[in-house]
Amino acid sequence: MMGRDLLGIEDLDREDIEKILETAVHMGEVGQRDVKKVPTLRGRTVVNLFFESSTRTRASFEIAGKRLSADVVNFSPSGSSLKKSESILDTARTLDAMDPDAVVVRHGVAGVPKRIADVLDAPVINAGDGAHEHPTQALLDLLTVQQEKGHIDGLTVTIVGDVAHSRVARSNIVGFRKMGAEVRVAAPPPMLPADVETLGVKAFTSLRESLDGVDVVMALRIQNERLVGSWFPSVREYSATFGLDRAKLRYARDGAIVMHPGPVNRGVELSHDLADHRPSVILDQVRNGVAIRMAVLYLFAGRRRGAGSSAPDEVAR
Amino acid sequence: MRDSNPRSILDEKGIRRALTRIAHEILERNEAPDVLYLVAIPNGGVPLARILATCLDEIAGLDVAVGVLDTTLYRDDLMQSGKRPPLRRTEMPSAVDERVVVLVDDVVKTGRTIRAAMDALMDFGRPRAVQVVGLVDRGHRELPIKLDYVGKNVPTQVGEAVRLRGAGADPGESLEVVVLPAEEHAA
Repeated sequence: MMGRDLLGIEDLDREDIEKILETAVHMGEVGQRDVKKVPTLRGRTVVNLFFESSTRTRASFEIAGKRLSADVVNFSPSGSSLKKSESILDTARTLDAMDPDAVVVRHGVAGVPKRIADVLDAPVINAGDGAHEHPTQALLDLLTVQQEKGHIDGLTVTIVGDVAHSRVARSNIVGFRKMGAEVRVAAPPPMLPADVETLGVKAFTSLRESLDGVDVVMALRIQNERLVGSWFPSVREYSATFGLDRAKLRYARDGAIVMHPGPVNRGVELSHDLADHRPSVILDQVRNGVAIRMAVLYLFAGRRRGAGSSAPDEVAR
Repeated sequence: MRDSNPRSILDEKGIRRALTRIAHEILERNEAPDVLYLVAIPNGGVPLARILATCLDEIAGLDVAVGVLDTTLYRDDLMQSGKRPPLRRTEMPSAVDERVVVLVDDVVKTGRTIRAAMDALMDFGRPRAVQVVGLVDRGHRELPIKLDYVGKNVPTQVGEAVRLRGAGADPGESLEVVVLPAEEHAA
């Protein structure tokens, strides 16, 4: 059962995930209206506490909060305050004293959102921590697959790329497994974590074999700067062996879709053509991101320590 | 065991009879029936609006637009109570501007749902007028909301619950309005 915070897909059971997806479907409808705003979180404050820069995820949370009429405050303590040797927890405590109703945290180090949640009254939503989890990304990916395929149970999903360093991969592996899908991962050996099969996935070092008969292919972003030279010889070689194009996609099942958490390195993870055209569904993922974050804010904002750990009521009227 | 069973106050036949009468009243009240727009409040309002639309077609040959408007995100008790009720679908196939919108709900009690529905409606446009159908009016108003069309007035105790059954996913189930005694439902 859902707790006060959303720290990872790991903490959710299948029923929780289904409830968030169902809520997001209706939130998506709000996004289709002329007036894309409902009064649900009027007078509530959502703080985006981003220690690691991220334009896209932050904007997505900001739009989600605003569509629900919350006041959204963006706080990126990268420069000044941290240099003054203010600790992360001090920053978080200071914000908490301003009585926010939810704090969205991103940090480059795994486990920081949990540490912050331990000292806050407000619920914490993890917006990505190190190579640990990125739960709202997995939820929006699940929603996109559900909309495309009508169901998740029984599908086969291949995740391609730097699985070892990817919180997106981790959250998606856990999420798709909980929803009854078979998950495969494909990467050059240095990018596969040694214990990956303990997560219940099948590991491949050949993209082609991993694609055989799959319904969904999810490419991960390659951090060019960080990885060239140390993990693989060159971008060109990576793209030749693990970059996805229409020719390689033929090994997947007819009607297979292609996903990417963005931003895409065109011609590296995906061919130019695939980056922009179906069967890739990248912009649907972005759109669903706002709906998922609205659903998460609706379900979690306002929960408090103690009172918040119980499941929300479901009184009909 | 006294009073422990749900008490039926309106069966499907009675519901259809009441809605046929209401359809006549709607036509009587509205000189320009072509601008009518039935907007159902889920879940109970949905089958009722569908029946009303059929009645209006049979009586006057009207093809009335039918929409569905969930009021959950407009409720006034969400944050205060910590409740997070499940959302239901909203489908507004036509524009609201310059239409006479007839809201359709199954059971009206405090008037808070109708208040929420009116706020939601205004986010979709500026209707020429808003009228309200309540299949059952229980009384116990907490807001100054009056119904324009009532299927049946049913005096009830505050703790009791009045439910429209058969409005769920199974279309074969017949409609029935029942009163549940106070202990039988979670408040």
